[in-house]
Amino acid sequence: MTSTTTAFEKARAEDRAALIGYLPAGYPTVEGSIRAMTTMVEAGCDAIEIGLPYSDPVMDGPTIQAAAQAALDGGVRTSDVLRVVEAVAATGVPTLVMTYWNPIERYGVERWAGDLAGAGGAGMITPDITPDHGAEWIAAADAHDLDKVFLVAPSSTDERIAMTATESRGFVYAAAVMGVTGARDASSDLAGPLVGRVRASGDVPVAVGIGVSNGDQAADVATYADGVIVGSAFVRCLLDHQGDEAAGLDALRALTTDLAEGVRRASR
Amino acid sequence: MSQQVQQGRYDADDRGYFGGTWGGRFMPEALVAALDELTDAWHEAMADEAFVSEFERVLRDYAGTPSRLYHAERLSRQVGARVLLKREDLNHTGAHKIRNVMGQALLTRRMGKTRVIAETGAGQHGVASATAAAYFDLDCTVYMGAVDTRRQALNVARMQLLGAKVIPVESGSATLKDAINEALRDWVASVDHTAYLFGTAAGPHPFPSMVRDFCRGIGDEARAQCLEQYGVLPDAVAACVGGGSNAIGIFTAFLEDEGVEIHGFEPGGDGVDTGRHAATIHAGEAGVLHGARTYVLQDEDGQTVESHSISAGLDYPGVGPQHSLLAATGRATYTPVTDAQAMDAMALLSRTEGIIPAIESAHAIAGALDVAKRLGQEKGPDATVIVNLSGRGDKDMGTAIEWFGLGDTGPSAEERK
Repeated sequence: MTSTTTAFEKARAEDRAALIGYLPAGYPTVEGSIRAMTTMVEAGCDAIEIGLPYSDPVMDGPTIQAAAQAALDGGVRTSDVLRVVEAVAATGVPTLVMTYWNPIERYGVERWAGDLAGAGGAGMITPDITPDHGAEWIAAADAHDLDKVFLVAPSSTDERIAMTATESRGFVYAAAVMGVTGARDASSDLAGPLVGRVRASGDVPVAVGIGVSNGDQAADVATYADGVIVGSAFVRCLLDHQGDEAAGLDALRALTTDLAEGVRRASR
Repeated sequence: MSQQVQQGRYDADDRGYFGGTWGGRFMPEALVAALDELTDAWHEAMADEAFVSEFERVLRDYAGTPSRLYHAERLSRQVGARVLLKREDLNHTGAHKIRNVMGQALLTRRMGKTRVIAETGAGQHGVASATAAAYFDLDCTVYMGAVDTRRQALNVARMQLLGAKVIPVESGSATLKDAINEALRDWVASVDHTAYLFGTAAGPHPFPSMVRDFCRGIGDEARAQCLEQYGVLPDAVAACVGGGSNAIGIFTAFLEDEGVEIHGFEPGGDGVDTGRHAATIHAGEAGVLHGARTYVLQDEDGQTVESHSISAGLDYPGVGPQHSLLAATGRATYTPVTDAQAMDAMALLSRTEGIIPAIESAHAIAGALDVAKRLGQEKGPDATVIVNLSGRGDKDMGTAIEWFGLGDTGPSAEERK
């Protein structure tokens, strides 16, 4: 297993931010999603977040909802997600699962942590679990040396940011805007101050997500954050080329290249 | 409401867990500050006599509470026990839900927010929210599953007439659970000026406890009315359970009365063994949905399973977490009632008492009649069952017309049911 920390260390050594890419497992198919994520790694993603499709994704906007729902309609299972983790982790980049809580509780938290670690996963991002309601996950993650990535938001109090930074391992996920996932035209003016508040609470890396969709935005975020997280824009590449895998992979490669160039362009 | 917020064995702890397990707050961090703010505001308001008396005044003068406790005499003779109906159907807007929304809207005003959002299944909570928004001069947006907007078109029109914006939700199964998802998505982006008027005693802390407190007047009134009118406590209390706000509203006053049986009736749809139902406690398993650990209808991967009920207001694959505790501890019993049993009860109550119940409430009637028959046999005709008649049936006439083949006055119509 490769901890996400290694991706941040590598980026820091190159004086740049890390690029973290998201796609849901099982879209358009399990094998197709593995090829898509592998393409993103080859084109410059430093870490991969694999979404576990869920029936009630309250933090996701229409783009990710559409792909996740299609994956569920296609019959993707929790066990398939572990298969995707194994394949992507084999490329050598840190590989995390981003998931809502109920599928994990259902799978069995301790069993899940063991199987995720066994598949080579680095850890998990939990959009609907905060550390103060995540004791079971924290215990299981600690037992298996997995990264625990919790979110902070512009609305978070300083007290909660401090608590979240202390409980997180790997990195802290800073939500750039108040809202669900999805590409935004303008860069957020809330993200910079939020990253600053997390930095004041400890030395865990901070990555910014939600709304970043192109190299210019990535370059902007990279001026103040340790990592740039892109999700919906990658999903959009696949949704826009349904039925034409080669074109979808080309779009993913082009976007990754643009973003990877962005995180290197930033003046830090 | 005149009683203090309880901290009994069936209540949630400070973090929102009932019995240490059920409930909680499984929510995005972005909403935690707002949920904390709401929790504080609710605690402060309930300790503020001015707020409590304003809430009581609004319910009395505007919503028409206390609702009557009515002795259904013909029905009682049929079953051999005393059946008392808590007439929440006579409240303004035709259901118990006005209590919850007036409480939450009053709190919204106190918190200085100017906009409310709500989810709705059958449309009753949406109509109540739109009503409260008009009363308190708040902007109102209601999320409603696209499937439900079609089967409850009349309520869509009512909300629009009251000035609310109704947004049909096409995602997922396009029903109540998806309307909740969409309202939560709105709230994540609008939380600084918007309050989420949650429609049932489910969801993340503090909603299960707060909604219960705003609805518990149903049971407080019924308990006092029963003692005053009959000099005894009832032998049983019954209510339908979807999310469970009307049920927890009437149950709460009786939880510490050991001799009072508590019965919740869940939507059994086509029958629990068909898989087409919404009997969450009876047939679901513990999980997390919409921010709370509770019984959930889910598959083996923890994906929420689509529920089914003839009653849109009960068509929800989760249930309020306090009901999960009451079920797990055995304090309350939850039993499924099928669509057909509920529709029979709708017709029965209409014809024996001249009261057309909401199909939701008809589930409670159907289940309570079995309880009343048993208690009548055990204890005689003075055995007393209080049924929460949580809403009126006007909104369900479309379904009734289809189910019973009504509306046709031709010669063959006489021979039908």
